[in-house]
Amino acid sequence: MLKDITLGQYYQTDSVIHRLDPRVKLAATMLYICSLVAVDQAGGYVAAVLFLAAVIRLSHVPFRFMVRGMRSILFLLVLTFVMNLFMIKGEVIFAFWKLTISREGVDMAVKMAVRLSLLIIGSSVMTLTTTPNNLMDGMEKALKPLQKVRVPVHEIAMMMSISLRFIPMLLEKTDRIMKAQMARGASFDEGNILKKAKSMVPLLVPLFVSSFQIADDLSMAMENRCYRGGEGRTKMKPLHYEKRDYIAYLVLAAYFVLCITVGRIVRWGRIF
Amino acid sequence: MKIVKTKDLVFDYIRRDEEGNVEGITTAVDHVDLEVEPGDFIAILGHNGSGKSTLAKHLNAILMPTEGTVWVDGMDTEDKEKLWEIRQRAGMVFQNPDNQIIGQVVEEDVGFGPENMGVPTKEIWERVEESLKAVGMYEYRKFAPNKLSGGQKQRVSIAGVLAMHPKCIVLDEPTAMLDPGGRREVIRAVRALNDVERVTVILITHYMEEIIYADKVFVMDSGKIAMQGTPREVFSEVEKLKELRLDVPKVTLLAHELKKSGLALPSGILTVKELTDALSSQKAGR
Repeated sequence: MLKDITLGQYYQTDSVIHRLDPRVKLAATMLYICSLVAVDQAGGYVAAVLFLAAVIRLSHVPFRFMVRGMRSILFLLVLTFVMNLFMIKGEVIFAFWKLTISREGVDMAVKMAVRLSLLIIGSSVMTLTTTPNNLMDGMEKALKPLQKVRVPVHEIAMMMSISLRFIPMLLEKTDRIMKAQMARGASFDEGNILKKAKSMVPLLVPLFVSSFQIADDLSMAMENRCYRGGEGRTKMKPLHYEKRDYIAYLVLAAYFVLCITVGRIVRWGRIF
Repeated sequence: MKIVKTKDLVFDYIRRDEEGNVEGITTAVDHVDLEVEPGDFIAILGHNGSGKSTLAKHLNAILMPTEGTVWVDGMDTEDKEKLWEIRQRAGMVFQNPDNQIIGQVVEEDVGFGPENMGVPTKEIWERVEESLKAVGMYEYRKFAPNKLSGGQKQRVSIAGVLAMHPKCIVLDEPTAMLDPGGRREVIRAVRALNDVERVTVILITHYMEEIIYADKVFVMDSGKIAMQGTPREVFSEVEKLKELRLDVPKVTLLAHELKKSGLALPSGILTVKELTDALSSQKAGR
């Protein structure tokens, strides 16, 4: 049961987007977020939506998986929308009791909602098409220059990928400890919050102890296999750019220029 | 040259109280002299706390001797410059199958050792393929480790060590946490390595059944080597083994009891076949 959870939200299929170098996808996500923040005019949003739609189409991931990520921020989305709607002062178009809605408010609220949604969907495209491992590799290689200023890039990436590896195992352990405590009469879902929190103690203590044990064993196993940090290490699956990655960078640059041009410089007037 | 040699090896565990004062000293390994020839299958036997795991950890420089010296392939383990070379020559497989797999996919885990050693990418792939094939796990190369059984995980761990092209593999109770099926799988893989690849194997265990294929057996008790010899020689001394709190294989025990009650059987019978052969020749002789 607990064992079968999938990590991250990687959607297994084969597509151009899946095959792209993770660094391209990281850069694309960053640039896309920048473009969303930078644009101001409706034209920019049209460009952003079209670009995202094209990428989703290419990725072969069903659209409902993209929207899934939206659920978690639905509350935030509604809150931002409502706050913007009522808080921004300007030319009043609707008034009720003490609440007023201005033209500027509607404009801003719609913009923020669209921005947020595109941002979430845009970043889920990356996590849906890249395995966590691959993503970590990409980050390691992309951030390599930081090693010059003594940022332990390799070590951070290694820690991240090890924690990913051990999450299913710790879940399994939690499950086992829970059952063992339940067999001794513990209950985990009774009483008020305080009582529930208290009942977590006999679960967390053994879990902590066993994770230290695992860490100790694992570090010995790693040393035993000649692990000594990132220096002099080769890669089994090294990242290198293919032709499609360069094309992707070009497309990305073209999108960015276009989006900024139509989104900031060309004035289309307000949405409303 | 001996692949592994220890001379007067002593290791003390020092217990300290909260202020760091010495509370007591436990001598886990007590003046052990061990010599292992290349290509041998060695078994080290002993009950819990006999010092066998502590001894094993000296063989690839995880622990350093308190007194005495350990040489691996002619290199002193206390030589810091040779540390990584020693760990590459003498690989180690640990007891817990879950806590020694580093990769998220089987093939990545097997590639971990060669990656650390700086082996070129193309060669890593060759090594991964050949090691996984040697332990019969090649079909599982794309699996996540948590989807494998205990025996399969241990075989992956063995492949991970094998990919470093060691001269010697030390297995520290590799089957202690496995079910009988998994135990057989692992022992079969280990024997194949020794027979086919001529890798020196040092198997540490407390299961008697696993050592009958060994070339030489060392029995440890409270840090000392209490008995040594071929499995047959060791198993001939059933009474002494019992004294050392070790379980003798059932067939050997049965043969021993039969012999005690007057049947003329050879001592040190290890397999059912040997016993039935001996019994039928008895019957024919009567």
